[in-house]
Amino acid sequence: MRTFLITAGAAGLAALLVWGLSGLPPFGSYPGPYGEVLNSFAVGERKATDVVSAVNFDYRAFDTMGEEFILFISVAGAALLLRKVEEEEHDSQEESESEDRQPGRAAPPTSDAIRAFGVALVGLTVLFGLYMISHGQTTPGGGFQGGVILATAPLSVYLAAEARTFQRIAPHDLVEWSESIAAAAYVVLGLAAVVGGAEFLRNVTPLGEEEKMGSSGNIFWLNLGVGVEVAGGFVLLLSVFIREALERRLRRESK
Amino acid sequence: MSPGFLAYAVAAFVFLCGLWGAATSRHLVHMVICVGVLQTSTYVLLLAIGQKAGGVAPVYYGVPHDLTAVDPVVQALMLTDVVVEATVVALLLALAVQAHKHAGTLDPDALPRLKG
Repeated sequence: MRTFLITAGAAGLAALLVWGLSGLPPFGSYPGPYGEVLNSFAVGERKATDVVSAVNFDYRAFDTMGEEFILFISVAGAALLLRKVEEEEHDSQEESESEDRQPGRAAPPTSDAIRAFGVALVGLTVLFGLYMISHGQTTPGGGFQGGVILATAPLSVYLAAEARTFQRIAPHDLVEWSESIAAAAYVVLGLAAVVGGAEFLRNVTPLGEEEKMGSSGNIFWLNLGVGVEVAGGFVLLLSVFIREALERRLRRESK
Repeated sequence: MSPGFLAYAVAAFVFLCGLWGAATSRHLVHMVICVGVLQTSTYVLLLAIGQKAGGVAPVYYGVPHDLTAVDPVVQALMLTDVVVEATVVALLLALAVQAHKHAGTLDPDALPRLKG
């Protein structure tokens, strides 16, 4: 019975795959007209030399708002799922010694190499993340990519330094608030156009000069907001995944 | 064999790898990663579809603005795809943590049946 099901399923999948692949446009000659139109107008219209960013944060900005809130909600969902566990397990937490390691094995102290490399990495990561966010409209990059890069800076701190330092540079409340405010800023900027009598998310800020930081109007500001939101979201995600280990490390350090 | 066939074949191959891994997985974290691999096949597919013969990347920084570039719309779609995959993986891993807390195992076959 099992073999029959697998054979039938695999045959069906193979047929679907072949059918789907044979219907694809020949490689190198995509017939879609929108890409061509955007490629020839985006730079002049929006002063954005990265057309992909122009699509995401201007021509399709409404879809990107949905994308941003997918991220927001799933971070909230993960935090909710893992928070519940923590409450249930609170009594047994003290006796169980399992950290982010095998039980019964002593945690090795952080090596000097990791400390030195981690500290050196933090400055570079922050700089690269900020560059990525602020230049999304000119070169490949933007809020989503830069935000994730920014969020890895606290991760290096967690790996290289004391748990207390991690809490100091990424306090939970601040992260949560900045994430929420940045997510809301997207909608507010969109509504600003409506107040002025235009469509939701139409450009309302000065376009500036192409190939310069801060150009392309809304594309730049939305990237900035999304960058903060994504960085906050990923730091939040990180801290709910490592929360138990973090708390145990904090207890050990305060002893 | 044309290079175009190769790009689509890579997408199909990565898809099947992820599917095979997820179907035969004996560990929930392994399964989540397999789903992630499965989804990366859509990146290859989207980028391959948007290819234009002789096209450059749709970034006009420091180059003449009348160059032929590949389709930016599918690339923007791919970016959305990456974000969705990251969130899906994060949520699935959180569920795996939950499953381990409740059942004490990460083997999908050993998980107890759902009770209402």
